[in-house]
Amino acid sequence: MSERKWYKSAGPCGDTVVSTRVRLARNLDSYPFPCRISEKQQAEINQKVNDSLLCDGSFNFRYIDMSQLSDTEAMAMAEKRLVSPDFIKDRTAKALIVSDDETISIMLGEEDHIRIQVMRPGFDLEECYRVADKVDRILDAHLNYAFNEKLGFLTECPTNLGTGLRASVMMHLPAIQSAGLLNQIMTTIAKIGLTIRGTYGEGSSPLGAMYQISNQVTLDISEESAINNLKSIATQIMEQERSYRSTLIKNPAVEDKIYRALGTLKYARIMDTKESISLLSDVRLGVACGLISDTDIDTLTGLCIDTQPANITVITGAASSQERDRQRTEIIRRALCSKQA
Amino acid sequence: MLCENCKKNTATTYIKRTVNGSTQEYHLCGECAKALGMTNDFNGFMNFGVGSLFGSLFSDGLTGIESQTMVKRCPGCGISFDDIARTGLCGCPQCYTTFYDQLLPTLSRIHGKLEHLGKVSKATEESVKEAKLKELEAQLKQAVDEQRYEDAAKIRDEIAGVKSSPDDKDAESKNIQNDGSAEGENE
Repeated sequence: MSERKWYKSAGPCGDTVVSTRVRLARNLDSYPFPCRISEKQQAEINQKVNDSLLCDGSFNFRYIDMSQLSDTEAMAMAEKRLVSPDFIKDRTAKALIVSDDETISIMLGEEDHIRIQVMRPGFDLEECYRVADKVDRILDAHLNYAFNEKLGFLTECPTNLGTGLRASVMMHLPAIQSAGLLNQIMTTIAKIGLTIRGTYGEGSSPLGAMYQISNQVTLDISEESAINNLKSIATQIMEQERSYRSTLIKNPAVEDKIYRALGTLKYARIMDTKESISLLSDVRLGVACGLISDTDIDTLTGLCIDTQPANITVITGAASSQERDRQRTEIIRRALCSKQA
Repeated sequence: MLCENCKKNTATTYIKRTVNGSTQEYHLCGECAKALGMTNDFNGFMNFGVGSLFGSLFSDGLTGIESQTMVKRCPGCGISFDDIARTGLCGCPQCYTTFYDQLLPTLSRIHGKLEHLGKVSKATEESVKEAKLKELEAQLKQAVDEQRYEDAAKIRDEIAGVKSSPDDKDAESKNIQNDGSAEGENE
């Protein structure tokens, strides 16, 4: 498997869908949940999970003891969404098992003993679930999962009971956002057990118009139906976004904003995270609509991650926020100008 | 469902009270539950994290009533229903069987129908297989007793079919390895 990270490749429907993620929450039968577990017990589980995967050998995984990482390294992982922000707060007895291309990450000792997560670029729910299910079957064959016929897979928080499945699609919705239709979508999809929220900040207009749509219901529904529901709704939102874009892009002010964003990204020398997220979003819209050909969608997706604070520090060693703001423009220039040649 | 007291508002609070062995159930709206003193106000909690938000789902009056009676504890991890109500989290897989009745109203509110339609764990596949074998063997015995040999042959083939699917060992101890915290039945 290539070591090229997933977020630096193009995916299906990349014009509107940034990435797709599926996670399965699992626990072992003979241990207390993480809120009541001892360090020793969680370490035992980590060992068992790692041994099971090594013994099976289908995947090439790396085992990371989270307590050995610096705060910045751990934060960089959270920015890549390889781990959840909660997972890195207290890293004692926690471990991460991750594939080379970072599509598969298994958090050990998060809210549940085991959280299998699969992420892919673009709109690819079936493939994400197929891989997560494969990892899940390996672990199920080697370990004893906590399972109840009526309640399904037992989880620390009752909201995940049943399939333990949370599938989410990260969408870029600048046209729907500027048409003021998000509240309406929010209300509609809540009725069918889905939810939508901003990726960078909450509220009605989060930064960069990035939104995550995910399923909420995990009981009385099969994995397949949950994924199909999400797929059908995300497809409808995607079509709506495309149709609004075709009108939005005809507005000279919007066109101007897109080109200005590209200019700023290419020539600015100091930039904070907020500004870069919002400018990268404008340029992304320009590329998706065919206005800009200097760069491509995967470069922009990669930049969204590489320009986050902890990732800049990991890449460049920048220690202060002033230094990071300078390095951010450097990283952006290098990525955007290399494409031009 | 409408509140049993005012019959106007939607019932949001479910109360199960056991006094001298007789159990009574009430479905009340928030206002009536408060007026009748059947709720624990969670306003006193200054911590509004996600935990307490989900935790408040369980608060529905049960905590106050429960604390007056004997505290039931999960044999797996030693926590009480009060602990679950406060944090919104179960302590171990066994909590779901120990406190099933108390969790039921909240689980229904979160998920609607409580029926797992997703994939099943290996352990369950095995127990389903065992149950199926038992049933088939009983049918076989009956068929032989009744001299229905043709049926018996069919059942025997079916048994062979079930048995031939790969089976699993590796049964770990079912007991929760408690970490020494909270083992008492009371307090």
